[in-house]
Amino acid sequence: MSDLETFRAETRAWLEANCPPEMREPVRDDEDVYWGGRRATFKNAAQKAWFEACVAKGYTVPAWPKEYGGAGLSPAEAKVLREEMSRINARPPLSSFGIWMLGPALLQFGTEGQKARFLNEIARGEIRWCQGYSEPGSGSDLVSLQTFGEDEGDHWVVNGQKIWTSYADQADWIFCLVRTDKNDKYKGITFMLYDMASEGVTTKPILLISGNSPFCETFFDNVKVPKSYGEDCPAYVGEVNRGWDVAKYLLGHEREMISGAGGGERSAAIGAMMKRHAAKLGDDLDPVLRAELAMFDVDALAYTAMGEKFLDEIKVGKAHPAQPNMMKYVGTELNKRRHELMMAVGGSRSLEWESEETGGGKPARGWLRTKANSIEGGTSEVMLNVISKRILDLPGA
Amino acid sequence: MPLYHNEDQAMLADTAAGFMAEEGNIAKQLRHWRDRNCKDGFGHGFWKQMAEMGFTGMLVDEADGGLGMGHVEAGIVLEEIGRNLTPSPFLTSSVLAATALKAGSDDLKGRYLPGLIAGDAVFAVAIDETAKHRPSRIATRAEKSGNGFRLTGSKSFVIHGGSADMIVVAARTSGSDEDADGITLFAVPKDAAGMSHDSVRLVDSSMATHTKFDGVELDGDAVIGEIDGGRVVLEAMLLAGRVGAAAEGVGVARGAMDMTVDYLKQRKQFGKLIGEFQALQHRASHLYSEVEIARAVTIKAQQLLDAGSEQADLMASVAKAKVARAARLAVQEGVQLHGGIGMTDEYDIGLYMKRDRALAEFLGDAFFHANRVAQLSGY
Repeated sequence: MSDLETFRAETRAWLEANCPPEMREPVRDDEDVYWGGRRATFKNAAQKAWFEACVAKGYTVPAWPKEYGGAGLSPAEAKVLREEMSRINARPPLSSFGIWMLGPALLQFGTEGQKARFLNEIARGEIRWCQGYSEPGSGSDLVSLQTFGEDEGDHWVVNGQKIWTSYADQADWIFCLVRTDKNDKYKGITFMLYDMASEGVTTKPILLISGNSPFCETFFDNVKVPKSYGEDCPAYVGEVNRGWDVAKYLLGHEREMISGAGGGERSAAIGAMMKRHAAKLGDDLDPVLRAELAMFDVDALAYTAMGEKFLDEIKVGKAHPAQPNMMKYVGTELNKRRHELMMAVGGSRSLEWESEETGGGKPARGWLRTKANSIEGGTSEVMLNVISKRILDLPGA
Repeated sequence: MPLYHNEDQAMLADTAAGFMAEEGNIAKQLRHWRDRNCKDGFGHGFWKQMAEMGFTGMLVDEADGGLGMGHVEAGIVLEEIGRNLTPSPFLTSSVLAATALKAGSDDLKGRYLPGLIAGDAVFAVAIDETAKHRPSRIATRAEKSGNGFRLTGSKSFVIHGGSADMIVVAARTSGSDEDADGITLFAVPKDAAGMSHDSVRLVDSSMATHTKFDGVELDGDAVIGEIDGGRVVLEAMLLAGRVGAAAEGVGVARGAMDMTVDYLKQRKQFGKLIGEFQALQHRASHLYSEVEIARAVTIKAQQLLDAGSEQADLMASVAKAKVARAARLAVQEGVQLHGGIGMTDEYDIGLYMKRDRALAEFLGDAFFHANRVAQLSGY
């Protein structure tokens, strides 16, 4: 048996022993997702047991080095773990912006002291992070951001406002883009890390068309941010005034994530499921709707192959560095189309906003939520701009 | 297996790209033979050159004198054929017929494979009987006659039928037109008495025939595979052909796209390069995305087919449908973004539009394959 096959067998046995049956059910609502953090509570004993088993094994962040709370898996091993988890429909033990966003930035740009502290906190689910990027006047044109940190020697005093801060009201710490030099647009931004419990930080959830409030407005009113949290642990990632480099790197990651390139729910075909759904409602698919579902499935299955190719190429440095923009563009547009079709199959039932049968209007709210996919983390139009410039090398793009 | 070419495959891709650009380019092949109104629609000398490159027998087993390569490798050659619009009997001979002959007797292999490998022989396949690809319905009949069969019926869209040394014919030996069983495949030699061709030139300058079988007497050893059990050989041949046609389609799409993106960087209007206009940039970037995805799923289908996976059938139809749509977008955007000159015969972009039309129709169009994806998925 090859090493990888041995690893697969071991992983399968470990999952069998440690992943409770309740954690192999599809995620039904927000409570089914464990985000960690100071104020986190477990929904049930199974969620707790699964989380703790993964922390002990390093499987909340399997590809991170062991000294930072990971399992030190090679890319090939991490892929095997993903495949084995998806085979039994295992839920992620921990979801967090620390894992998806800050962690990769720290692994790339962080000091040893930062990695030792923050990565371990993330891996163990102790601190829940949020991301402070967009501002009311800086959406697609993010680099124009105005939130300002006044240099006061050993600390900054931060004033300004962020918007679309996901779960800011539930987060413990923020990684935040703050202008520290008003004279240089690109080289005047610092990527700061600070506690949301600091005096002067307030958050206000934003009610969306879905009726949910996953995003907040976040206000900073004379927030004192120390420049250092101890030896080799500055309060910023990379260098002062060079936070844009970190932000750009992270946007790549975010786009990859929103694109659903890793496969799973978003990229799968839906036609067969929709036929069963229609049957449950006592109906059959209209021939033209069936045809649209078939065309959707062609696109979705092809996109899944693209996702696989993209991840394989990233591992060996073959992917074009701007390719995440393409994945994000197509993945989000596909997801919107998917929900349009699901709404059509559901008919009037899917219009219900509060009924028990729809789990409190899940189809409609989910459908509306997808409309943000092609806006957040860079709009589809911005993605197309980036493809034009960096991949196709079109003039003036 | 990672979804990109390994070192050997990347090397083959370089070789194939260089060879096709040099010897198989539009001026040297497609326009050359078209403008001479060639009855074959391709050059036999070029087919011989392809043999010298080792391409013609790449899918043939090593034991039978071929290279024993897979569909990823054949796809690499086909993508370059697509990109250069190179007319050749590669897809019908080296992919479709070669796949069918894998199920043939040693005698059949010995009779046909050396000619293929040497680039001396050309093969065609006769499947369709109506204007659309409907392989589930086969009405052409082969009746027992002495030690052999008598073949009666007609086939359409037989690409290279008029220049083929042998045609693989799917015929019914029992049952009724719609039955899955009762199909037998025959290797019909070109001089078979009672076979007649009505040759037609197609929109892309390729040559096809309406072929009639009027009591064609065939020996029992013309049978490929089992009598009445030809469906499995037919399916294997179609699967290989669809994945191959998808690869060629990727080449057509990429060729048209590259030509169009280049044009956006050269053509000036309103004092600017037209590639500076955001409306056009977004169209080009959308096209790029679709073509990349079509290519990814085609490689996926090739790998699944080479691995003998059960999923290959579904993924082949996904690939054929996706490529058909992406290539269609590429040639339509290509002509539109070229403007008036895109309508002229002098510019090559229109040739891509014609080739896409014919290639997409071959072995089932996007509608046929999307429908098949739905059926295979259970709806």
